[in-house]
Amino acid sequence: MITVSHISKRYPGGYEALRDVSVNVDSGEMLFVTGHSGAGKTTLLKLVAGIERPTRGSVVINGQNITKMGRASLPFLRRNFGFIFQDHKLLFDRSVYDNTALPLVISGFPRREIGRRVRAALDKVGLLGREKARPVTLSGGEQQRLCIARAVVNRPAILLADEPTGNLDAAYAGEIVAMFKAFNQVGVTVMISTHDHGLIHGAEQRTIHLDHGKLAS
Amino acid sequence: MSWLFGHIDALRDGVRRLLRQPFATLLNVIVFGIALALPSGFYIGLDNVERFSRQLTGEPQISLFLAVDASISDVDHLKGRLQGHTAVGRYRFVHRDDALGQLERSSGMSGILAELDANPLPHAFIVTAKSASPDVLEALRSETIDWPKVEHVQLDSDWARKLDAALRIGKLLVSVLGILLAIALAAVTFNTIRLQILTRRDEIEVSKLIGATNGFIRRPFLYFGSLQGLLGGAAAWLIVAIAVQVLNLELSNLVELFGLNPRLANMSLTQATSLLGIAALLGWLGAWMSVSRHLWQIDPH
Repeated sequence: MITVSHISKRYPGGYEALRDVSVNVDSGEMLFVTGHSGAGKTTLLKLVAGIERPTRGSVVINGQNITKMGRASLPFLRRNFGFIFQDHKLLFDRSVYDNTALPLVISGFPRREIGRRVRAALDKVGLLGREKARPVTLSGGEQQRLCIARAVVNRPAILLADEPTGNLDAAYAGEIVAMFKAFNQVGVTVMISTHDHGLIHGAEQRTIHLDHGKLAS
Repeated sequence: MSWLFGHIDALRDGVRRLLRQPFATLLNVIVFGIALALPSGFYIGLDNVERFSRQLTGEPQISLFLAVDASISDVDHLKGRLQGHTAVGRYRFVHRDDALGQLERSSGMSGILAELDANPLPHAFIVTAKSASPDVLEALRSETIDWPKVEHVQLDSDWARKLDAALRIGKLLVSVLGILLAIALAAVTFNTIRLQILTRRDEIEVSKLIGATNGFIRRPFLYFGSLQGLLGGAAAWLIVAIAVQVLNLELSNLVELFGLNPRLANMSLTQATSLLGIAALLGWLGAWMSVSRHLWQIDPH
């Protein structure tokens, strides 16, 4: 489903975040990407989602080489992914409901359909009662779950989560991972980056390890 | 269908943004209103003056004054020439004695005129041309001045032509003023939208990250600009309408003094619609330039 081949990413200024990385993710697979801070995990996920462009190499998703896509088609590509950002990227002047609805509004869903899907997504992450709340009033764990709701509301085939358990305690982190496993079980392909080795300890999912921008598994 | 939903949502968003900062919106609307009321008010004023001058000029007339020593046979000869002239519609002969009598009656100078030995007035023809075109009248004037015993030819609408020329210059000045203010208004919108884009940076960035097209992001700003322009146009209309009303109140006092009824006309429906259209267009243009200029700078990573 996702084929990353020989990808390198050099940022302006010369910093090389990724060096010749190749990964293959099958449809319906759940993959952990581990590595120290700055190892290139975030860059890898962003390259897959078409948010960043690689310096060399290619990313093929569902048979389509997205590194060759024009700027105008990138927005439509991004709608196929659910992306959970490390820095959340929630809109603090909008309610929980409006934050979750944003991807559907962008895709032009009818109002009634939006209401139905938003409530379903909030129900899945356990925030159904907080629709009108502002993100500031939510705890860290709740904010993370709101991000997940926004990522899955579009019912994407691929979920990309960048350090989803970053600032959470172990119990909360376990809950979040369980949530991703549940999505994976209904057929969603999931890629999760984490520096928290405890999180994947004993997990049966495949894990790749990045070290200074190189694949080290 | 989703295309339509997108526009309805964007329009609603635009309205919300206008209402969220009512004071800033009000100030911008006032700026638009005043800036548009100036040229459109002047334009309406000139339009009214033009209308009055047409009313007063009436028919295209030329007065032919003959030499004082012109005989009746000279008059008959000229009558014949006027009769056969293609540009002449009607003509009326005014005998010098009749003219004197009229002058005595109307001016109350009978005392002074009685002192004179002889009638100082010449015979005259009042000629109405078939066409009101200034060129035709001018040609007729220069032709008849060379006829025998014709001493002086006067275009009665001469002053109207001069006024017309003055009005044309006035309209040109109003156009220049209008264009300059239009540029200023587009610039005002440009800056307003720029500030909005800055305060909505997060929202734009997140929207782009999760698949918003540039069109989706641009749309509410364009609606905002157009709506603000439209409101400004409405304010300009209101200002002009009030000004016309106030002036009419003052002018109604002139009715008794001059026996005229100089009521100023307000904007016609076409003019009002054009004003609103132009105002909305200016808002849209300013917003479009601003969004195009600033949106590409927000490229999420």
